Amino acid sequence: MKFPTAILAALLLSACAAPALRGTGDLGIVIERAGGSVVVVDSSARAILGRVEGLGDLSHASAVYSRDGRYAYVFGRDGGLTKVDLLERRIARRIVQAGNSIGGAISQDGRLVASQNYEPGGVKVFDADTLELLADIPATFGDGSRRSKVVGLADVPGNQFAFALFEAGEIWVADLSKPREPKVTKFRNIGSQPYDGLVTPDGRHYIAGLFGEDGLALVDLWQPEQGARKILANYGKGQEKLPVFKMPHLRGWAVAGGRAYLPAIGRHEVLVVDTATWQEVGRIPVKGQPVFVMARPDGRQIWVNFAFPDYSHVQVIDTLEQKVVQTLSPGKAVLHMEFTPRGEHVWISARDDNRVVVYDTANFAKLAELPAQTPSGIFFTSRAARIGF
Amino acid sequence: MTQYSGKALVALILLAPVAALTADPSPGRSRDLVRMVRQDCGSCHGLTLKGGLGPPLLPETLREKPAESLRYTVLLGRPGTPMPPWNAFLTEAEADWIVRQLIAGFPEETR
Repeated sequence: MKFPTAILAALLLSACAAPALRGTGDLGIVIERAGGSVVVVDSSARAILGRVEGLGDLSHASAVYSRDGRYAYVFGRDGGLTKVDLLERRIARRIVQAGNSIGGAISQDGRLVASQNYEPGGVKVFDADTLELLADIPATFGDGSRRSKVVGLADVPGNQFAFALFEAGEIWVADLSKPREPKVTKFRNIGSQPYDGLVTPDGRHYIAGLFGEDGLALVDLWQPEQGARKILANYGKGQEKLPVFKMPHLRGWAVAGGRAYLPAIGRHEVLVVDTATWQEVGRIPVKGQPVFVMARPDGRQIWVNFAFPDYSHVQVIDTLEQKVVQTLSPGKAVLHMEFTPRGEHVWISARDDNRVVVYDTANFAKLAELPAQTPSGIFFTSRAARIGF
Repeated sequence: MTQYSGKALVALILLAPVAALTADPSPGRSRDLVRMVRQDCGSCHGLTLKGGLGPPLLPETLREKPAESLRYTVLLGRPGTPMPPWNAFLTEAEADWIVRQLIAGFPEETR
């Protein structure tokens, strides 16, 4: 059979127009918080591939990834939940699921996306494909008439989600193995004003940082019957804390080499805890109040950024020496850092200078500067494979 | 140590409250203040000031409250809550200006 020339030409053209096949393992997004957009980036080429707009209010936005690394689920302040296709660089689905939201998580099996909400306070769970609502868990407390803001939502093994209730001072663990019938275990009186939480990389321990008192609350998820206990209690030793101009953020990146590195509230210190005994083993003085305290994936370095007014600096702690070995000034208002999957580079957002700066983590050389409008969070697809991300 | 004459001190004390009530910040400074409120206050109150960990700072939520107490909340914070004092970075006049702008509907950032 002979094809007419025109059809042949059309077939050839369409083949040319099809995008080249590629994986997503070295892709990511950068939140542009003021413009309601994200840029899709390639961490191998150190390049911006394109921009996706229309994501709503992205002040305090965060993202998790589908387990195939193709879709980012972006949680916006205005309750928007947007599923972004990194390959086609478009919005695949978008819903507005609450009035005021602070972040989210994806389940162990990748089939459930959960959003943590301030207004109305609680957690909502959605089908990761369709964003259909599957479960609504209101964060009611006290006599049942009040709802608490939810913070520190993290996926934990067993298709569970752990989170903390700011006003209530509680930690809840919701078992979503039957997505439409969540079973919630509540840990009460865990401490005053939990502000964020993390699950350790092995999925065993959930830790909520406390704002209203010195210390953190710890739950051993392997032995939940033991209840919650306080660690690093009274780390401030009764001294008045400094004003806190920005809440620190906690994630599983805190753990490196058998130790957890945690931001002190209202102090210019990183607290060091032994993860076998959960006893304090040191504290490291730093330039300001830590916001993100993030271990390089191999655990040899800890990178720290700071709250206003010290937020134009980043410091690097060497974990063998247990002290700061480098201070960098990537730009004004550093909001976030993200390591490439194996940690040879770090990407840092400088909000007020409208740029993302890439450093070599071995020698601290600046490798690239990429333009972005008021960049905040940077999220690489390698998060798809990590517990607690 | 700097010595102030008694007269100069009295003049300062008398002038200060008047200045606090009337002076507007310079255009450059007001641009910085707008950015600070939108971006840094915004990390708890939201870029659109609709609230977050902190309450909304919209005209309809603030109008009922006395401007005086709002000014002191900005300058001194609110003990028992995460609201910190901003008096190391703002004068009373600037705090007043921010409160007036919030009550009137806060300006957007200009680029």
